[in-house]
Parts: sequence; structure tokens; C-alpha cells
Amino acid sequence: MKIDDLEKLKNEGPDTLPSKERRKFLKWGLAVTGVFAGGAVLSLTSAKNVQGALEGIKLKKYPYKPHYCMIIRQDRCVDCEKCKEACVKTNNVPEYGYRTTILEREIPIGPDEKQREFMPVLCNHCNHPPCVRVCPTRATYKDEKTGIVMMDYKKCIGCKTCMAACPYNARYFNEEKRAIDKCNFCFDTRLSKGEKLTACAAACPADVRIFGDLSDPESRVYKLIHEPDRVVWVLRPETGAMPNVYYTKG
Amino acid sequence: MSNNLSTGTLSEPRVATPTVNTATAFAILFTVVGLGVGVYAMIAGHHHVYACTREVPWGILISTYAFFAITSTGLCLLAAIGHLFGGTPLMHLGNRAVYLSIATILAAFSVIGLELESPWRMLIYNVISPNLTSNIWWMGTLYGMAVGAMFIEFFAIVTRQWNLALAVGIMGALAEVGANTNLGAVFATLSARPFWYGAQLPVFFLCSSFASGAAAIILFTHLAYKMRGTDFDERTFRGLQSAGKVLALTLFLLVVATAWRFIVIFTGNNEMAMIAANHLLKGKMATNFWLFEVAIGMVFPLLLLIGTQMKNVPAMSIAGAMTLVGGFIQRYDLVVAGQQVPVYYGWDDLPSYLGYIPSIGELLVVMGGIGVCLTLFLIGERVFGKVFKPAEHH
Ligand code: SF4
Ligand code: SF4
Repeated sequence: MKIDDLEKLKNEGPDTLPSKERRKFLKWGLAVTGVFAGGAVLSLTSAKNVQGALEGIKLKKYPYKPHYCMIIRQDRCVDCEKCKEACVKTNNVPEYGYRTTILEREIPIGPDEKQREFMPVLCNHCNHPPCVRVCPTRATYKDEKTGIVMMDYKKCIGCKTCMAACPYNARYFNEEKRAIDKCNFCFDTRLSKGEKLTACAAACPADVRIFGDLSDPESRVYKLIHEPDRVVWVLRPETGAMPNVYYTKG
Repeated sequence: MSNNLSTGTLSEPRVATPTVNTATAFAILFTVVGLGVGVYAMIAGHHHVYACTREVPWGILISTYAFFAITSTGLCLLAAIGHLFGGTPLMHLGNRAVYLSIATILAAFSVIGLELESPWRMLIYNVISPNLTSNIWWMGTLYGMAVGAMFIEFFAIVTRQWNLALAVGIMGALAEVGANTNLGAVFATLSARPFWYGAQLPVFFLCSSFASGAAAIILFTHLAYKMRGTDFDERTFRGLQSAGKVLALTLFLLVVATAWRFIVIFTGNNEMAMIAANHLLKGKMATNFWLFEVAIGMVFPLLLLIGTQMKNVPAMSIAGAMTLVGGFIQRYDLVVAGQQVPVYYGWDDLPSYLGYIPSIGELLVVMGGIGVCLTLFLIGERVFGKVFKPAEHH
């Protein structure tokens, strides 16, 4: 779908978006243009960004098969950090680093009233990964089959350009490997062995992290993203990285 | 040709004074200690010695590399312009400029080699697994080609093969322009870092290279004559005046470019870029910015050059030294400020200024890089001193 076509879709108006979200986008300097496409998907600055976040969703063409993605039902996160523990154990992550973590903040919900909010973050396995573009030796690359952004440790010269380029702080330097390490959706440790979920998704007691194949209409991720009236957003859409980690509520 | 060459036609015994010998000894000491610390860091692990973090992965070693690399480009370009357009007085400084361009790029390579976590892998995988969309790859490859070209060029100069020197010199200069602008693009193409992102940095780097190159050739030519204890001959003096004009012009352009760079950030709507800019304008980095980058790095030298009409070599030399100091801090400010605003600003009570203070280890490696440059300069004056005399060819 071209940007023009996208703009012709019925715009259901910015009001469809919870006001808290709208404020958040505004704070980032993103004007909310509306909610497009069956009330479902996204509403950000410009048609370009909308398309960015939509790529693979509304285009009905998926660059990868399976096209792995994760949906994070953010408001359900209670910060128990079971996902972090599972990740560390499964992927042998050293204590000085992390592949996924939980951010938190307090947001005012009324005079003198505050609410704690948690947000799990990890590599977004971007469709246009800045890290992959900048890597001089193709030590980090986007897997042609799954779209997972992976590392070939032995090729990494440790220039750390990918760390500077990643909009999501998803990378750390692993001293033992003398290379950058990052989330690979547990490809080597689980998916390639037949498991269907990443360690974090499997470990989450609150079912925050929904993992699956976006190109499969039967998958949970597909159904969730295409639910009518569901608002889905991505982090830092203005960077053009086109993430495959989506956030939603409820 | 080379058969009638001997060290007698190249070397300059006059510079072998006790003062110069002591200076050389110190420069070598700086080099050995500084690079030694870097090698230790490589073996022990950078995290034990350097202050970079996950959030601020690039520090003073990247900016020092950029400083030397940018200076090298400027020297190479000034030499190429001098040699190519034989009529300009710049050609009288050209041979020394080529040599210093090699010296500064070797200093740059020393520092970046110790900044990379696993540099040996680069030798293999830059070649067998290149990524043509990577500015780092292009920068490394083009600087590699440039230094090769300059070695050949300098050899051709020493052996008086002027046509070869000219041809290879032009190739080297083109490679340097590519490498230099790619270095700018390393920062300019990162949309995740709004303070860097945008079209300006590559050409800003190129303009900076002319300024730093002119500053370096003035300063080092002045030092070279001091070391010999002789006065400037007419041709060298006119060469220095030309370099002074280049310096004044490029400083003026940099003032204008810097002003617009900040104005554009504040007319945009990117909060992260504005916060970073404010760290420099009125925050934790304001002294760096206003005193070193703006006053010492641009305004004072410009006023000095204009005030003395480029007629006074010590004044030009001081302007050159100030430009280099300011340029060094400018690269530092650019690299560090661009990473200060956390990518998840607003979460985790993250401050808007993450902080970075160079470690002693990093500063020693910087000293090592400066040592490489000074050692090569001092030894070069002795071994090739006569090669650097004003050109008689063309
Ligand atoms: S989130 Fe960062 S590391 Fe992951 S693909 Fe995107 S740019 Fe690369
Ligand atoms: S640090 Fe390693 S993976 Fe990252 S860009 Fe450099 S070589 Fe590539």
C-alpha cells in the first residue's frame, strides 16, 4: 500500500486514542494525526510514520516467513522481572549486561496522585535496522528467513557504532565474546530447537509479552494487532527503524 | 632519481639541538606510555580502563581519532591544492604538509586501533565481509587507501618524481575527502541521535579539516624554523600567509555553520536534540563550548588573524595553536553531547545528562596519540628536513 492510499483510509480521528497516549506523543513532538485502518493501528505524526509502523501489518505482505514479532501489553506488566531472569538463564547473559529490561516511571493521574508504569524493552528487530546498516563487517545482520536481527560474534570489531545507532538501547558489549550481544528472540537457544516462544514470553506470569508469527492469520499476534478498536503503537517511530515490537494496553 | 640520494640531501642536522633531542625523547616517552596503556586496556578489557558505557559507548578516544583524522585530511588537501595549482604559495609548504598528513593519520590510527574492542578482526572481516552501506566501512577503507597513496606520494617527493607525486597525491586527496565526509556521515546518519542527525556534519567536517590542516601546517612550519634557528625565507612566508588566509576563511565559515546548526535545532521540534544543544549552550558542557570551542577555537584566532593581517608569523602560529585546541574540544563536545540524552528519556528517572568523564587510561591513550604525532614530526624534521624546503620544482 502506498502512502497515498494509506492517507485515503478513513481517519477515525485522534480522539480514538486514549488521551494519555496522545499526551505522550505530543510530548515527543509528534502530532497525532488520527487512527487509521479499521480503528486498529496507529496514529502518529505523518503518513510516513504511519506506514512505517504499519509495514507488515496493513500491507498484508510480510517480508519474512515466519515474520516474528512481539506485542507487549504494557499495562499488565507488574515488574516481577521473571522475563529478565529467564532471559539471563537461557541466553547466558552476564550480570553487567542485559538483552531485555523493564523501564519504569511515575505518571501523574490527578492532583497529588501518581501511578507507576512499567515498560518492558528489548531489541525491536527493526524492519529497517540502523544497527545493520552501520556495521562495517556485517557482524550484525537481519536474518533473511525470520527477520530476526542476529550477531555473528566472530566478525564484530567492537566499533560500537551499532550501539550508537540503535534507537532502543538494545545492545551491550559482551566482554567474554569480545563482541556486541543482543536479543535474538532466543533463536539459537529456543526457536531453532522447536520451541514456539521466547524465554521471556514463556516466563511472563501476566502474559504481557505475546510472541509469534505476524504473517500467520491464526497466530495470537496477528489476531491481537488486527482486533478492531485496539490501539497499537511503537517506540520512537520518528527514527524510521520500523520496529517489530508493538505496544498496546489491555 | 633515487640513485643520487643520500641522507645528506635529505636530512637536516641543524635541528639536532639538545632542546630538540630532549623534546623528541619526551615525545617517544609519551607514545610508549600512552600506547602501552591502550595495549594493556586491550588485554585486560576496555571496561577496566576506559569510561565508556552502554549508554555512552563513544568517548574521548573516538573524538581524538576524529580530531587527528580531520587534521590529516586538511593537510593532505592543502598539499594537493598547493601541488596541483603550482602557482599558489601554498606549494612551498606542500611537502611538509604531506608528511604531517601521514603523521596525523598514523596518530589517528593508533588511537582508533586502541579504541576498537577487537581491532584484529577488522583486518579480516573488513575485507571478506564488507558492508557497503556502512560509513565506518567506507571511512576505514578510504583512509587506508589514502595513507597508502600518501606513502607513495611522499616517497615520490623524496625521490623527486614530481609527476608521480602529483598523480598519487590527487588520488590520496580524493580518498581523504571521501573518508572525511564519511566520518561526518557516521554521526550524521544516525536518526537515533537527533543532535547529530542531519545533512550538516559531513560538510562541517570537511570545512573543519581545512581549518585544522591550515592551523597545523602554520604551527608546525613555525616550529620547524624555530628548531633550525633560522628566519623564514620569502617563499615560506608567502606560503604561511596563504595558509593563514585559508584558516581565516574556514574559521569564519565554521562560526556561521555553528550558529546555524544550533538555530536549526531550536527551530525544529526534536526535544532530544534541543536538550543536547542546551547542555552545550548553558548546561554542563557550556565551558567547553563557549570558552574552548567558540572563543579559543574560532573567535580569538579569527580576530588575531584579521588584526595582524597575516603579516606576523608568531601571531598566525598562535592562532593555529588555538584552532587546534578548540578543534580538539569541538570533536569531543560533538561526540559526547550527542549521546547524553538517554534514548528512553522520561523513563527510569533517567537524567537528561547521562554523564561521561574520560578516565585516566583514556587520557593516557590520547597522550599516546599526541606522542605519535609529535615524535613523527620531530624525527621527520631531522631525517627529511631538506625535503621540506620551499619547492623549487613546477
Ligand atoms: S532495536 Fe536496535 S539492535 Fe534491535 S534491530 Fe533495531 S536498531 Fe538493531
Ligand atoms: S560493534 Fe560489532 S556489531 Fe556493532 S557495528 Fe561494530 S562491528 Fe558491527
